[in-house]
Amino acid sequence: MLATGVLGAADDPWIRWDWIAGHIPVIRDALTQHIELTLIAVGIGFLIALPLGLIAWRTRRLRGPIFSITGILYTVPSLALFALLIPFTGLTILTAEIGLVSYTLLILIRNIVVGMDAVPQEVREAALGMGYRPLAELFRIDIPLAVPAIMAGIRIATVTTIGLVTVTALIGEGGLGSLILDGLIRDFKTPLVVGTLLSIALAIIADVGLAGLQRLVTPWSRGRVRI
Amino acid sequence: MTFLGQALQWFLDGSHWQGDFGIPNRLFEHLTMSGISLLAAAVIALPIGITLGHFGRGGNLAINVSNVGRAIPSFAILVLAVQLVGIGALPAFLALVALGVPPILTNSYVGMREVDPEVREAATGMGMRQRLILWRIELPIALPLIMAGVRTSAVNIVATATLAALVAWGGLGRFIVDGLSQRDYAQLFAGALLVALLSTAVELGLAAAQRLATPEGLRIQKYPLEAEVVPTPQAMIA
Repeated sequence: MLATGVLGAADDPWIRWDWIAGHIPVIRDALTQHIELTLIAVGIGFLIALPLGLIAWRTRRLRGPIFSITGILYTVPSLALFALLIPFTGLTILTAEIGLVSYTLLILIRNIVVGMDAVPQEVREAALGMGYRPLAELFRIDIPLAVPAIMAGIRIATVTTIGLVTVTALIGEGGLGSLILDGLIRDFKTPLVVGTLLSIALAIIADVGLAGLQRLVTPWSRGRVRI
Repeated sequence: MTFLGQALQWFLDGSHWQGDFGIPNRLFEHLTMSGISLLAAAVIALPIGITLGHFGRGGNLAINVSNVGRAIPSFAILVLAVQLVGIGALPAFLALVALGVPPILTNSYVGMREVDPEVREAATGMGMRQRLILWRIELPIALPLIMAGVRTSAVNIVATATLAALVAWGGLGRFIVDGLSQRDYAQLFAGALLVALLSTAVELGLAAAQRLATPEGLRIQKYPLEAEVVPTPQAMIA
């Protein structure tokens, strides 16, 4: 399965349209699986990151440990992380998702903490002075003001995950990565090019779409220039 | 658990510590390839990033190169490199350099731009020439961010060098790839453990180097925390 292709096939063009025409269902399934793997990873990642991010923001003492652990998870290369899990969870979608979720955590938590830290103390005091209870203040003032930073985190996590999903092809999942792997094994450029281009397109569409969503939910930040 | 026992057995087997296929040689390959790739990436990216930052030009380019880089899967870069130059060490090197350039370029640009204009003016007022301002003022202040970029690149490169075993090259990823294809889970697990340890060591070592590179006056907190920023989509398309 993991043997590399031999050199040769010099006349293999970068795109063979007849192959694409004959493999539309395969490509569509790969794309669908890619999107599913990404949505599950970022969704579960966010559900874990939000409470952890709030804890890291509120409790200075826990900030170090939370960043250290998610930092190590982020540092371990994807293939190695999958390989560490395989003896226990096998060549399954669970192995793929545990790995993918792990990579979103540091990005999401860091941006949540930075976003919450950036809420001006005066705003918080004004809200409390107006009679907001702490929990209402958190959900109606702090979190909304942190949304641009949090959304930036979700964008980066999503784009990163879309790239990482391709690696899961090596453990039998992969979405568009299975096309890339197919191109490598058979030394055949068309699936490689199709898989790569679709993966990049998916990343750009997700990034632009999430940026649009962010503008919709934070009308007050429109027109402000961010680098 | 018997499986962990097997993994331990794998480490204790003397033959895994000798010769071209042994752990020491694979580690050496991994580190040499990563080091050379990082060096090449820095040689390409640093002059561009620092020059653009110094003159304040090409900001969109310098920042978007990272975002575009993030959108291209490193696995795809590696396989594309094989299609261009064949299998072996060369495609691995090319892919790793391509992967290492964006973070260094972006961070050196941002680092130079973040230098307080008043500091620059003060230096000019003191009669310092442009070249001196660059070397004695801007670069030292930008160094922590530049080092952060080098560190990101290094960690990415060491990680992707693991994948390079797929294109018929060595390194520690060999154990993982061979373990996968031979269903030898002890070898797979042991290789993954080695890669994980190496990456963490590289990350921690470079984090320490980054702290040392920070001028004393700029050391504010132990863990400088910065959100990653992304440009507006208009900028990304343009």
